[in-house]
Amino acid sequence: MCIQKMKEQKNIGNHVKGEFIMIIDALNLHYRDLNNLLDVIIIKGERNIVLKNVFGQRYIGRGLSENTKVKIYGTPGNDMGSYMDGAELEIFGNGQDAVGNTMNSGKIIIHGSCGDTLGYAMRGGEIYVEGNVGYRVGIHMKEYKEMKPVIVAGGKAGEYLGEYMAGGVIILLGLNFEEEKNTGIIGKFCGTGMHGGIIYLNGVPSECNFGKELTRFNLIKEDFFLLKKHIDFYAKTFKKDIKHLKMESFSKYVAINKNPYSNMYCAY
Amino acid sequence: MLKEGELRIPSGCAISGIIDRKGRRFSGEEIIRSISLMHERSNGLGGGFAAYGIYPQYKDFYAFHIFYENLNIKMQTEDFIAKYFDIENAGSIPTKHVPSITNKPLIWRYFVSPRIHMLKGSFISDAEFTSRCVIKINKDYSGAYVFSSGKNMGTFKGVGYPEAIGEFFMLDTYKAYMWTAHGRFPTNTPGWWGGAHPFTILDWSVVHNGEISSYDTNKRFVEMYGYKCTLQTDTEVITYLFDMLARKFSIPMEKVIKIIAAPFWSEIEKENEELQFELKSMRTVYASALINGPFSIILGYEKGMIALNDRIKLRSLVAATKDDRTYVASEESAIRIICSNPDKIWFPGGGDPVIALLEEGQK
Repeated sequence: MCIQKMKEQKNIGNHVKGEFIMIIDALNLHYRDLNNLLDVIIIKGERNIVLKNVFGQRYIGRGLSENTKVKIYGTPGNDMGSYMDGAELEIFGNGQDAVGNTMNSGKIIIHGSCGDTLGYAMRGGEIYVEGNVGYRVGIHMKEYKEMKPVIVAGGKAGEYLGEYMAGGVIILLGLNFEEEKNTGIIGKFCGTGMHGGIIYLNGVPSECNFGKELTRFNLIKEDFFLLKKHIDFYAKTFKKDIKHLKMESFSKYVAINKNPYSNMYCAY
Repeated sequence: MLKEGELRIPSGCAISGIIDRKGRRFSGEEIIRSISLMHERSNGLGGGFAAYGIYPQYKDFYAFHIFYENLNIKMQTEDFIAKYFDIENAGSIPTKHVPSITNKPLIWRYFVSPRIHMLKGSFISDAEFTSRCVIKINKDYSGAYVFSSGKNMGTFKGVGYPEAIGEFFMLDTYKAYMWTAHGRFPTNTPGWWGGAHPFTILDWSVVHNGEISSYDTNKRFVEMYGYKCTLQTDTEVITYLFDMLARKFSIPMEKVIKIIAAPFWSEIEKENEELQFELKSMRTVYASALINGPFSIILGYEKGMIALNDRIKLRSLVAATKDDRTYVASEESAIRIICSNPDKIWFPGGGDPVIALLEEGQK
């Protein structure tokens, strides 16, 4: 049935000579049709896809497995890259809400800013955002053995950064946000309910912005190594000059207690 | 059919708004395109629009838009209106046949002005008089529902997807300087014509995405001042709160916002003594006007448009400006589809209002 649909919509996909890139004009396409079309193209063996004129279509890249690259021009809808399993999405525009929801592995690169709940319950993979990110970024992120999700944002984050965070890494570079007065690199209630993972922030925000469940640690060798790796990738990807960014100015926040709520439910 | 409050359906919504701050008027086409892009956020059980500046030829008259369930209640209600108001003009609101819009009520429009001799000696303004009459109809005339009662503005709503409702009311033929829209996904209650957004009283209109957990507290509070919540829908009470605080109590809008989405006590503690006193007083006196629970709303009134999130931003809201226009919507894509290259686009924080008012002298 999908194949049939593909035939009907043949006119909207066209090959660029020599490059084997499939370009799809997503204007006025319903999200179900767009995602089905993507499935069909990928089953047929296409590995480099460009989506143009994307306006709010949801679930783009859902469950998409490795060796597939999708470039997206426009404003992709909510839950982009949900359950994604190894693919790479590059967005030229802003992301909406819940980007990378329960993402398993792969990479999402956003040339712009992003809305709320970025990396919701993320289990693996990497997300790089050029600009600012919204509320509740990294809520319920988790890690297991080698599966360690990473979120890197160039600007600042909204309130509740790393809420209920259980694993993984969040890095905020705090670039270019000074222009907006009275705002720090993070909002209030950062790390509320956190019981795993690490948050790295450029600078040392005021104590009152943090929840009770996390505390500041000194950076050690491994931290510098990790920071450098991701910051270098950020600079290269977004072509940013970050010479003024000092690794030493970063602060590291880690959960105090790995299992803070166990007594609430099963004290004995 | 069971109505609001008689059935609970546990289940989001879409909101969008555009204002030209210079007061230039434009058709409903853009707002329909914006709200219909968020089709997935609603489920076809309610859609609606508020349009400001659509009746310049009747700008001094209150425009009542009324749903009637039958002719009998229409006659009774018209007797009431004729007794208390001079009717300048009346007629059914023109609609177009749209296959997906069914079970439509009788939809009528009246341009009225309160009968002055009724007001004499009662020490109330014509706005207060009109709002009391509207509340009376909605409370006592079962089967009649005044869903719009402002001057030079009107609400158009019903059961269906918003784009279908827009086509049904032919909103491309109206011109307004400000449009707000809603696509409904009813939580808790079924959809019916009166239960669709926007909810209005006089020229206050509210479209809302969310669920108000303080509904009963807020309802008891406004009902002490003569309002009557007849729809058992949380959004209705938000409209009355704004009307009561800003119009009746003459509280400046910036303070009304601090009452409705009050800062946390822990935040108040950080302010200087004078401001602390003020904020504490407001939270204490108007404790029952605090709205709790997740919400993003767009308020329309004669001065312009205000979009507001709950204090911890449990619902999405995006705002943008381009030249003289301000846009707000639940999703960025719903703005980009009608404004591809905004001057500025941002994600407002919780309790941080987007205020877009008409420039002086444009009213």
